[in-house]
Amino acid sequence: MASGDIDVAYVAKLARIALTPAEVERLGAQLGTLLEYVSTLERLPVSDVAATAQVIPSTNVTREDVVRPSLPRDVVLASAPQRQGSYFRVPRIAGEPS
Amino acid sequence: MSDLLDATAREIARAVAERKVSALEMAEAAIARVHARDGAVGAFLTRTADLAREQARRVDARLADGETLPLAGVPVALKDNMCLSETRTTCASRILEHWIAPYTGTAVQRLLRAGALPVGKTNLDEFAMGSSCENSALGVTRNPWDLGRVPGGSSGGSVAAVASGMATIALGSDTGGSIREPAAFCGVVGFKPTYGRVSRYGLIAFASSLDQIGPITKTIEDAALVYETIAGVDPMDATTVARSVETALDGLREDLRGLRVGIVREFDLAKLEPDVRAVYEQAYRDLERLGAELVEVSLPTADYGVATYYLIAPAECSSNLARFDGMRYGLRVEQADVGATYEATRAAGFGDEVKRRILIGTHALSSGYYDAYYVRAQKARTLIARDFEKAFAACDAIACPAASSAAFEFNAKSDPVSMYLMDYYTIPMSLAGVPSLSVPCGYVTPAGARGPLPLGLELTTPLFTERALLGVAHAYERGTQHGKHHAPPSLESAL
Repeated sequence: MASGDIDVAYVAKLARIALTPAEVERLGAQLGTLLEYVSTLERLPVSDVAATAQVIPSTNVTREDVVRPSLPRDVVLASAPQRQGSYFRVPRIAGEPS
Repeated sequence: MSDLLDATAREIARAVAERKVSALEMAEAAIARVHARDGAVGAFLTRTADLAREQARRVDARLADGETLPLAGVPVALKDNMCLSETRTTCASRILEHWIAPYTGTAVQRLLRAGALPVGKTNLDEFAMGSSCENSALGVTRNPWDLGRVPGGSSGGSVAAVASGMATIALGSDTGGSIREPAAFCGVVGFKPTYGRVSRYGLIAFASSLDQIGPITKTIEDAALVYETIAGVDPMDATTVARSVETALDGLREDLRGLRVGIVREFDLAKLEPDVRAVYEQAYRDLERLGAELVEVSLPTADYGVATYYLIAPAECSSNLARFDGMRYGLRVEQADVGATYEATRAAGFGDEVKRRILIGTHALSSGYYDAYYVRAQKARTLIARDFEKAFAACDAIACPAASSAAFEFNAKSDPVSMYLMDYYTIPMSLAGVPSLSVPCGYVTPAGARGPLPLGLELTTPLFTERALLGVAHAYERGTQHGKHHAPPSLESAL
């Protein structure tokens, strides 16, 4: 665990958040301090310890695979930033045919 | 009617059931009080007067039909990360500022079915990330005890609404302390049940292995009443636990005889300010006076709680908040292509703290860092949970401070890590999943405060022992009466 070692511009790209150069600097400094703080975990001997993802003893919760009513389409589409008929309208995802 | 607004939920529900007052009269009284007081406090992001009236008419009709409703006519405030159908649900974020929830979450639905009246949606730290409510993008909430101080967070609006008498009960959500710390700051009861006890369906996710909904009330008895109403398995949330919910209301104890209460060696009161320390020393003596045997227990890994939490919670948050991409709901900042649209939308929609947590979580989960950060934190979580198991072999309940100080002034915690440390006493319980609550335990008057400020005693018991926890807390509350000693002074000036 390299403390304080974070490439904020790269991580922001992974997280799909545009940052200004000033934000990269400010958030980078704050995150560096936080990473130094969490690096105290290096002191804990954990090599023989199993990881805990959640604390409640339940596994493989299943339900009957039955059709149930869903939310009405118009109610859901009412939240859409842009809609076209019964579709969400989104920016172009594929490029121009080449 | 306004007298009844200062009564407990049980008293209100009884008066409404006996037709001494109608639910509609309760709704009008609560609406008037929110109108009179919320300008000073700022607990609500959205007021739902019309919904409260509609619901009140339904409640009155159902009572006339002979139904029994345990929360008939009780005004409730809902943290604004919980979906209420046809109502704005914002998470106090620009990215959801105008989003109308298309359905109602399970816990909220259960309160409505029991006859509660929704008076509004309350302010929070954006996406429940914070300990002061200062991270809200949509409003400022003030502590009713001192309007120059924060209410705590992230459920700051919910605790302020109850503390200032604008709602009798509220729902909050607690991921690392977001019910308990603000409840302590505002002198009310805040209760986080065992993880998996209350459905998270309709709670907008922050950290899914930690998030839990719970009651904020004036009394332990009301906390038990609300808990009984909202707890239990829900097919819409596969992490709710399929075991029956023990009744809580008939388990409220009058004393603590025969109980061992654990005092945590590592939570050294000498670290606290002398006046705060004196309150907690008195609280421990009161537990003893009420019949408990105090025993020393150890949580050796608890010191690593905050570090563990600030890897696990951001990792889960970075995944959960990936859904806010501007495509299907919420804010969209349109750019030339879809990638730039994502980036611009999230840059404009999220505040600094949310960005920090998404970035730290993305980093902790990224290639080359995953084992060193995320997996190591999950292993530390195992050790913390084991500490509690061992401690509970020697005691029935653990008592400790809910926070290291009383409510602080606005802008007092400017660097993120000092804010994160506000949850030092609440995070270990969240990581272990155990039920935990804060109950008022006394007052301090720090330099510059406008009057006494409340402190909270945190009580914790093993997984799924809510009945025992509420029983212990009730005996303490009854034996000390701290919740009744003062009323928030700001209320006088607001009226």
